[in-house]
Amino acid sequence: MRFRSELKNYQQESHYFRLRLWVGALLVLVCFGILAARMFYLQMIRHEHFHTLAESNRISLVPVQPNRGMILDKNGVILAHNFFVYSLEITPARVRNVEETVNQLAELVSIDALDRKRFKKIMAESEEFESIPLRTHLNETEAARFAVNRYRFPGVEIKSRLFRQYPQGPLGSHLVGYIGRINDKDIEQLKESGQLSNYKGSDHIGKTGLEQYYESTLHGKTGFKQVEVDSGGHAVRVLSSTPPVPGDNLILSVDSKLQKIGEEAFGDRRGALVAINPRNGEVLAYVSMPTFDPNLFVGGIDTENWKLLNESLDKPLINRPLRGIYPPGSTFKPFVALAGLEAGKRLPPFSIKDPGFFMLPGNRHRYRDWKPEGHGVVDMQKAITISCDTFFYGLAHEMGIYAMTDFVRHFGFGQKSGIDIAGELEGLLPTPEWKKRRWKQPWYPGETVIFGIGQGYMLSTPMQLAQATAIFANNGVAMKPRIVASIQDARNDSIRPVDPVIVDRVELHADNVAIVRKGMEDVTLPGGTAVAVGAGAPYTVAAKTGTAQVVGIKQGEKYDASKLDERHRDHALFIAYAPADDPKIALAVIVENGGGGGATAGPIARKVIDYYLLGKEPAPAEMPAAAATAETAPAATGAALTPAATPTANGDHQHD
Amino acid sequence: MIERLINRLFKHIDGFLMGSIAITMLLGLFVLYSASGENPARMMAQLTNISVALVVMWVAANIPPQHLERVALPLYLLGLVLLTGVAMFGEITNGARRWLDLGVARIQPSELMKIAAPMMLAWYFAKREASLQMVDYIIAAIFLAIPAAFILKQPDLGTTLLIVGSGIFVIYLAGFSWKLILALSATFAALAPILWGLLHDYQRRRIIILFDPHQDPLGAGYHTIQASIAIGSGGLAGKGWLSGTQSQLDFIPERTTDFILAVFGEEFGLLGNLFLLLLFTLIIGRGMLIAAQAQNTFCRLLAGSIALTFFTYAFVNIGMVSGILPVVGVPLPLISYGGTSLVTLMLGFGILMSIQTHKKLVAT
Repeated sequence: MRFRSELKNYQQESHYFRLRLWVGALLVLVCFGILAARMFYLQMIRHEHFHTLAESNRISLVPVQPNRGMILDKNGVILAHNFFVYSLEITPARVRNVEETVNQLAELVSIDALDRKRFKKIMAESEEFESIPLRTHLNETEAARFAVNRYRFPGVEIKSRLFRQYPQGPLGSHLVGYIGRINDKDIEQLKESGQLSNYKGSDHIGKTGLEQYYESTLHGKTGFKQVEVDSGGHAVRVLSSTPPVPGDNLILSVDSKLQKIGEEAFGDRRGALVAINPRNGEVLAYVSMPTFDPNLFVGGIDTENWKLLNESLDKPLINRPLRGIYPPGSTFKPFVALAGLEAGKRLPPFSIKDPGFFMLPGNRHRYRDWKPEGHGVVDMQKAITISCDTFFYGLAHEMGIYAMTDFVRHFGFGQKSGIDIAGELEGLLPTPEWKKRRWKQPWYPGETVIFGIGQGYMLSTPMQLAQATAIFANNGVAMKPRIVASIQDARNDSIRPVDPVIVDRVELHADNVAIVRKGMEDVTLPGGTAVAVGAGAPYTVAAKTGTAQVVGIKQGEKYDASKLDERHRDHALFIAYAPADDPKIALAVIVENGGGGGATAGPIARKVIDYYLLGKEPAPAEMPAAAATAETAPAATGAALTPAATPTANGDHQHD
Repeated sequence: MIERLINRLFKHIDGFLMGSIAITMLLGLFVLYSASGENPARMMAQLTNISVALVVMWVAANIPPQHLERVALPLYLLGLVLLTGVAMFGEITNGARRWLDLGVARIQPSELMKIAAPMMLAWYFAKREASLQMVDYIIAAIFLAIPAAFILKQPDLGTTLLIVGSGIFVIYLAGFSWKLILALSATFAALAPILWGLLHDYQRRRIIILFDPHQDPLGAGYHTIQASIAIGSGGLAGKGWLSGTQSQLDFIPERTTDFILAVFGEEFGLLGNLFLLLLFTLIIGRGMLIAAQAQNTFCRLLAGSIALTFFTYAFVNIGMVSGILPVVGVPLPLISYGGTSLVTLMLGFGILMSIQTHKKLVAT
């Protein structure tokens, strides 16, 4: 009985236990069912989604930087190109202590104070995760020494980078320009132009000169590699790639030899020279002195060099041909002369007897000529040759300001020439409306009078003077000036020439042109204001000298006492074209504080014309200073004698 | 002669259970080969682990359950002593104090507890069988809570969970009242919002991230997100052995240990996952059958607990890798790389086999 009950008990208990087990088994099946459903959801229903995520995880698009186009002169001399350098780069985000890392690296490769400074500056301007060059141009030994110790430096890498180099150094630096690291402003601009994606992988962009203007041509199209990456972002293998399209090469109309002769002719003087082929607008030389070495800017300029360039009294960074504005002075006279002749005034045999001054009717104020005793009997042609102020005072008064400005506007004054370098200034062609707007004052008759000799408010750039000369030399047909003559496709070397463009055309009478030209030809002949320029030349030169009074010294500028006097001297101006009967070159020269135009600016022009037309190189010993002393011809100094003629005049200068 | 030796060798091995386990471990070796980046050293290490575990299993299978019943209490006490030792002199690795250096070997006493705790509870219930009262369940809960508290403090959430689970299974199988189970569940559900209110913001945030990995995709949530991507991108048939991009390109952290299922799911797809679930179901089913056929309370409770604990292992791991459970450190049983948990698991299977093969014939 007891056994039975025990057995029954056991059976009951066992039954009870099995029930619990069954419930447990049910729990297991339900839970595994949930897992199976989850797997079904992940692997069937959401498969596409996760497949995409897995692909984007593993595939990374790596931009491949295109080779930037080269810049070559008309004969193929390289002005800008690229070459590979090893550079030691740090990604600050991946380095625990940047300072310490730099110190440790300095034990392996030489890192000087300049490198450190530049690195710090770039680091301050960059994002944490960007790779920043510490030392560039590592040699093989240094690269190898680092490679051996690489494991010690996570976040430090040697990169083989394409580096921009300007093999001619400072030659034509304002023309060629330079590239620099892309900054926030550049990114904004790229965003606006929709070009930002093309700059993935690029860290440089054209900042000035042709490098800037032709950025889209030079840069090329960024390629892409589809790379399989691991979770650390390291490339494992390349899946596919779209190669980059290299940038096109620029072939200039500038001859680097001519450019060099132009620059050297300036010596240590400051100034600008622009030479143009008047027939097609090709720029032959583009000189801005002093120059600087654009190579300094490529890797990011260090503070010291930047200070040196930026704070120099000589202002080497100013692009003078486009951004230097000067009163044209007497170089403006040929254009006023032509305006008069075309209006039927002062036609031969008209002449005046010059007393050495001009007076407005009913007014006793004397507008003086640069030659106090006067020039005697002067007709139009002679007035140009000897730069007679009195003659042009009268003509200007008689024509009125509008007749003159309307005419000379066809020669490019007061407007941008449209040259292929950015940043060009418009200069100033003053009118009564402009004065009312700008100064809230009426226009006085005296201001028309001095406008006739290129003084007063009138301002022009060297570029404009050269362009005006070229337009005159081309019988009133204005060609768009351009530095790039053709663009070469880097893939197949095919060359696309840049076609000449006519931008303006003014009808001129041949008789009138001949009078002005004769007057200008005589400038370089005995009796003219720039005899030295024509002396012994086998071709004829049509030219005009000029002088611009120096603008008052700005406040806050530091002056070297010994240089003070020199910097108060007038600017020397000179325009010319040659050969006068079949113009091949037209140019404008400005020598800052150069004194008379014929004496200092003229000889510079002569050297350039000599080389361009004859292939004659200047004798190496010949210095511009020597040429200046050899020349004693009087220069036009009208401006100096006309107190009303400072461009900074605020409107209340002397008049009646 | 040889036949007798083989007979002797396999006398206490349960063929069905052994077969299922062997297939699962073989599968595990293939996955590990892929997950380790085809690393032969890893394979050798894991083969060694398996060999040791098999020996342990064999030994356990040959120990009659009565002996086990006798050592239950001493083993449990030894476990407590060792856990106290860990708390006082334990080595800290990866921010947790889990290991104890005994001079001859480094051991992880919490692993011992995985077996000792359910054994202790089974022993206790078997002893109190005749006169089971409410207070016995409370005492059992205390036996369970002491080691659990030690291990939670180490901290080792995964192991705590498994040990508490194994003990609760014993209590449940011993006949804990359904009404009380319901009442306790209801009480916990009611208290949850109040407990939530008592937590600090940072603690709440941790819990939220535990359940929603997208709150912290680069931190705590990274594992789960990448694992989901791996499994999901595997599709129906998987990307093929050694061809999982997520796995091979290092996007899955801990891919040879806790997250090895992500590798498996990516390379073998839904079909592979279902096959693995089937294998686990067979193993658990066999364990439950052994429990059902066991001849005394100690064996029944212990066998049932071992089978259900194995289920907990599998469910928690697969649940966390597939993103429906929070990430706690529980390996995928029989597949994840590592010796410690494998040895414990196989010890459990050895005990199951012992229970199954030491039955006395009983007239029914």
